[in-house]
Amino acid sequence: MSAVVSPLRKPLIKGHKTYHQITEDLISPTEKTPNVEWVIGFIISVAVLTFGMFCILWTIWVGIGSWNVNRTINWSWDITNFVWWIGIGHAGTLISAILLLFRQKWRTGVNRAAEAMTIFAVMCAGLFPLIHMGRIWLAMFIMPYPNTRGPLWPNFNSPLLWDVFAISTYLTVSLLFWYTGLVPDFATVRDRAKGLRKKIYNTLSFGWTGSAKHWQRWESLSLVLAGLSTPLVLSVHTIVSFDFATSVIPGWHTTIFPPYFVAGAIFSGFAMVLTLMIITRKVLHLEDYITVEHIESMNKVILLTGTIVGVAYLTELFIAWYSGYVYEQFAFFNRALGPYWWAYFGMMFCNVVSPQFFWKKSWRRNITLTFFLSIVVNIGMWFERFVIIATTLARDYLPSSWSLYSPSWVEIGIYAGTFGLFFTCFLIFVRVAPVVAVAEIKAILKTSGEQYIGENAVPRQQHAGHSDKH
Amino acid sequence: MANINNKELIFGLYDDEEDLLRAVRTAVDDHMDIYDVYSPFPVHGLDPLLKLEESRLHQAGFIYGAIGTLTAFLGMTWIFTKDWPNIFGGKPYWSVPAFIPITFETTVLFSAIGMTVTFYVINGLGPGVVNTYLDDRITDDKFCIAFDKSSVSTERAELFFRTTGASEVNSKTI
Repeated sequence: MSAVVSPLRKPLIKGHKTYHQITEDLISPTEKTPNVEWVIGFIISVAVLTFGMFCILWTIWVGIGSWNVNRTINWSWDITNFVWWIGIGHAGTLISAILLLFRQKWRTGVNRAAEAMTIFAVMCAGLFPLIHMGRIWLAMFIMPYPNTRGPLWPNFNSPLLWDVFAISTYLTVSLLFWYTGLVPDFATVRDRAKGLRKKIYNTLSFGWTGSAKHWQRWESLSLVLAGLSTPLVLSVHTIVSFDFATSVIPGWHTTIFPPYFVAGAIFSGFAMVLTLMIITRKVLHLEDYITVEHIESMNKVILLTGTIVGVAYLTELFIAWYSGYVYEQFAFFNRALGPYWWAYFGMMFCNVVSPQFFWKKSWRRNITLTFFLSIVVNIGMWFERFVIIATTLARDYLPSSWSLYSPSWVEIGIYAGTFGLFFTCFLIFVRVAPVVAVAEIKAILKTSGEQYIGENAVPRQQHAGHSDKH
Repeated sequence: MANINNKELIFGLYDDEEDLLRAVRTAVDDHMDIYDVYSPFPVHGLDPLLKLEESRLHQAGFIYGAIGTLTAFLGMTWIFTKDWPNIFGGKPYWSVPAFIPITFETTVLFSAIGMTVTFYVINGLGPGVVNTYLDDRITDDKFCIAFDKSSVSTERAELFFRTTGASEVNSKTI
């Protein structure tokens, strides 16, 4: 198992852990009574979720008229929130799939939680288009199946339908990938449990035994699912960007949208992973598994994607000017200096300026700064979607139909409610499943554990001697 | 590997995967018929020793994916040229570029679901499956080699476990 490891690599597992200690550290949070912070967090999340549910029911009962959308600004907070949540969902698959293909070992510390976050974020995102339909009871019309309504089929040429396929595929594949990774860890929980708890975890672990052939197939499945998820995750936000890019609205009708949206999605997703993991590692005492090295690596991704997003903003401005097309020029003039100038500059500051702090190594490794900036980035990415959607629509071709928009209490309530849903799911997840992938951490212990590599490494001979004693 | 009833197994537990690999190598050299090896995480280097063939799951995945591609593409073709021909934005009925996103997503969907279901079915795993687990610590920190007593005698197995450094030896009927 002693693969060649660069002496420059920093350990990803701190403390002189044994396999049993890893099990103990990572499984015990699911076995203990929840602490006060968890209980308070859960109560708040459920309360906010309940209010969100009320606002959704209000929307369905009263109709979309309870929102402040109008004929000019017909997409606003709803689609802003949808795109924002979908973007957040992208980090999970990026960490678990793309980093698996690139053999980045640091993914093992955060992949489980990031994948869970993906699933919950996509659930939150999916809510918005559904309730925006107005008549949610007709939602099954978007599914293509032979029917007695004509036959009447959805329009397969429409990016909105592509989105239905992209997001439902994304949710399904993420769920399969996540759960297959969880099965061996549920077996570990099962084998430590007694009574009813053992029965429940036996069902959840699907009867996993740890047989060599099963592990071989498990690794094969993980690799192929990672290979499938990589183009999938890139396609999902590409297709989300097609919702805008295939329209004829100046400011939306741009070919730069797909890469720009994907970079932005990864950017906001990593920011959300950092926000969550910095809290989780503290509350569950996982500092040995989610180390400063992990945080630094994620900050590097934030710096890269944030800079790509910045370049995309500037390219858009340049192309708008260079095109010589007055409508495009006006759209961008309006974005920066129109009635929503504050959203544009908020976006510019949060997304382009704030990640630049991470050029400095000591700031990348500063947890307080990282936590603060991860929230700033997510505010910025929300502004980005609001700027693209609402401010573009606010000033369309006919000055007589120009309009302004501010959200109603129902829209604010639904957005808040999705936070409630997200955190309720996440808090249940940290109680039920190990937040860090136990089997995967054990598999990298000898190549990334502190006692094997880095400054505090114990020479290899001593370990061999130790294990030969038996 | 499957759940065949009434097998008398004798198994040894090792504390480290390197001990396990050494022991498996010894067993293979001594022509001892290993029933199965269990570990808390995938141990690399084990598959060639156990002569496990490379999994063909990815081939199955390709076939499922191809079925997805055909379902989506032929389905949309049939719907938009035969069942429900409509002109959208002046485009031809059979507007192939517009079919690409859905064809791609369906390919991925079919392949992922098909492969995952196949994985659980061929492993004999699934909700409600109760297997006999040799030892609770195999999912924690023990590495296990099991022999079927009908093919390897108890004495021979015990000697093997003693000489290869197993920390514990037990028997179980599964």
